[in-house]
Amino acid sequence: MTTDLTRLTARAMAAGLRARDFSAVELTTAHLDRMDRTDHALHAWVWWDRDLALGHAREADERFARASDKSTLPALLGIPVALKDLVLTRGDAATAGSAILKGYVSPYDAHISEKLKQAGAVLPGKTNMDEFAMGSSTEYSSYGSTANPWDLERVPGGSSGGSAAAVAAFHAPLSIGTDTGGSIRQPAALTGTVGLKPTYGRVSRYGIVAFASSLDQIGPFARDVRDAAVLLQAIAGRDERDSTSAPIAVPDYLSTLPDSDDEAAAPLRGMRLGLPRQYFVEGMEPGVEAVIREAVAALAAAGAEIVDIDLPHTDYGLATYYIVAPAEASANLARYDGVRYGHSIREPGGDFIADYLATRGSGFGAEVKRRIMLGTYALSAGYYDAYYLKAQKVRTLIKTDFDRAFEQVDALVAPTSPTVAFKFGARLQDPVAMYLSDACTLPVNMAGLPGLSVPCGLSDGLPVGLQLIGGPWDEQKLFELGRAYEAITRDDGWRSLDPRDLPALEDPSTPSPVERAAAVRSAQAATG
Amino acid sequence: MANLSRSDVEHVAHLARLGLSDEELARLEGQLNHIVDQYAALVELDTEHIPPTAQTIELENILRDDVVRPGLKRDEILALAPQRAGDYFVVPPILGEHGN
Repeated sequence: MTTDLTRLTARAMAAGLRARDFSAVELTTAHLDRMDRTDHALHAWVWWDRDLALGHAREADERFARASDKSTLPALLGIPVALKDLVLTRGDAATAGSAILKGYVSPYDAHISEKLKQAGAVLPGKTNMDEFAMGSSTEYSSYGSTANPWDLERVPGGSSGGSAAAVAAFHAPLSIGTDTGGSIRQPAALTGTVGLKPTYGRVSRYGIVAFASSLDQIGPFARDVRDAAVLLQAIAGRDERDSTSAPIAVPDYLSTLPDSDDEAAAPLRGMRLGLPRQYFVEGMEPGVEAVIREAVAALAAAGAEIVDIDLPHTDYGLATYYIVAPAEASANLARYDGVRYGHSIREPGGDFIADYLATRGSGFGAEVKRRIMLGTYALSAGYYDAYYLKAQKVRTLIKTDFDRAFEQVDALVAPTSPTVAFKFGARLQDPVAMYLSDACTLPVNMAGLPGLSVPCGLSDGLPVGLQLIGGPWDEQKLFELGRAYEAITRDDGWRSLDPRDLPALEDPSTPSPVERAAAVRSAQAATG
Repeated sequence: MANLSRSDVEHVAHLARLGLSDEELARLEGQLNHIVDQYAALVELDTEHIPPTAQTIELENILRDDVVRPGLKRDEILALAPQRAGDYFVVPPILGEHGN
């Protein structure tokens, strides 16, 4: 076989499997071989298991062989899907990137794991992430950093950096991330992939390690919009085990995402798109702004009406988010007490407070401790009204800004990240600098809205993401818009480029990002 | 400007049940003050008559049928316990001379 199967879209893989051009075992083997050859230099995965993946692939091949009508088989049958290391799969490790969950084995499947297993997807393992999804670079993983396939000295973004890098580097056509303040969209932007944060409530959070429960949402990474739609289709919908998962019908997403580029571009004519002034933030790289403005111009040239929009409370988003999210995290992470599972230290003498202090003090990393401290402070006596209640009220103002915008426009277009991928260590010294990575994404979580990041060009040779924001439950409109943007830019030169350091990943002498990032950290520590 | 003292930071760490080294406490004192300074921006907004938002999708009273269904397997759950005695988790003593 001369075709490199890992280069196909998930849809083309599915078609090839149905036509018996190749088997699920062959498809999975192609991906596993690439992971074997290149993950030393990428570190997208916390772990994968060849036998586990091939077992899933053999089951898929049996289902293909048994089926008399292959058109009724699930779209993901035999397709590899990488899961972020906070998605529980029965009998497998799940650490959420944290040393406190080292050795933990999930006793049950997450809702989305059940759905993916029923669909016959191949689930090879778990991808790297910032500890408990707190971070924007994957450098806060307890298991070392992940590299960006576009430049191995740079981060892939985060917190779902491993899932983004895995898709960008052809380790899987699809992956799962979670997004609390930008953790799908920002790494999608930084790795040149497509990433969707669905409406809060679209996907059940049952069996996902919790960070901030009123903000967390699960979503897909893919290399094009239709593939992202296929994966959302497989995981979306009501689940009674998550009372926040909404009893709202899930449309057939692909039905309005035509393969023909001309047809796909048609909905742009007459579409009203809002350009929020406040998203062109201070500190935005001029190269990123130029690429975004060019993308907006392309949408206008294809018939969309561009309307300037004010979201006046955007500037308060960061402060609001960094009260609400840590407050919820401090409550959620109280469960890590070293009694029922996970890392545990029992001090001789049996003082239970001392046991908690020792277990949690040694099990959590620096950023998680920082967030727990912030959240505990914001919720503590005397500060609750000043911080937490105030932030919840400002959250209402942020949401109302969006409500007003969607009275005027069909969707918003904005940058996903104010910068391209940054170098290892660049934002580790100043937590606020790291937090600013998500200035353009976290208001969307505060309002519970869907946001789709699609690649829209390069700045300094590195990918830039265009963020499309919709009203509640408008994922389909975002897919249509993202697909239309793909169609009108299909001939752009950057579309045909591979991630720049893809060849370097194949070189066994390329250092691992774990080593690279550790060297940067120790250099920083030496200079204070 | 926020003004968390070293003893404030120690108090919050105790509330959060985080055992922190002197070095960590010193670093957090600076970092928390820096971050909490950013919160000051919110003071300028008049929110007296604004209701708080705790959740964004307006779902209420989501109920499911109260029926018996299989739970997780006891042995699998207990196998994860750092300390186990038969069918029980071993918890640190919270009463008696060490409790407080």
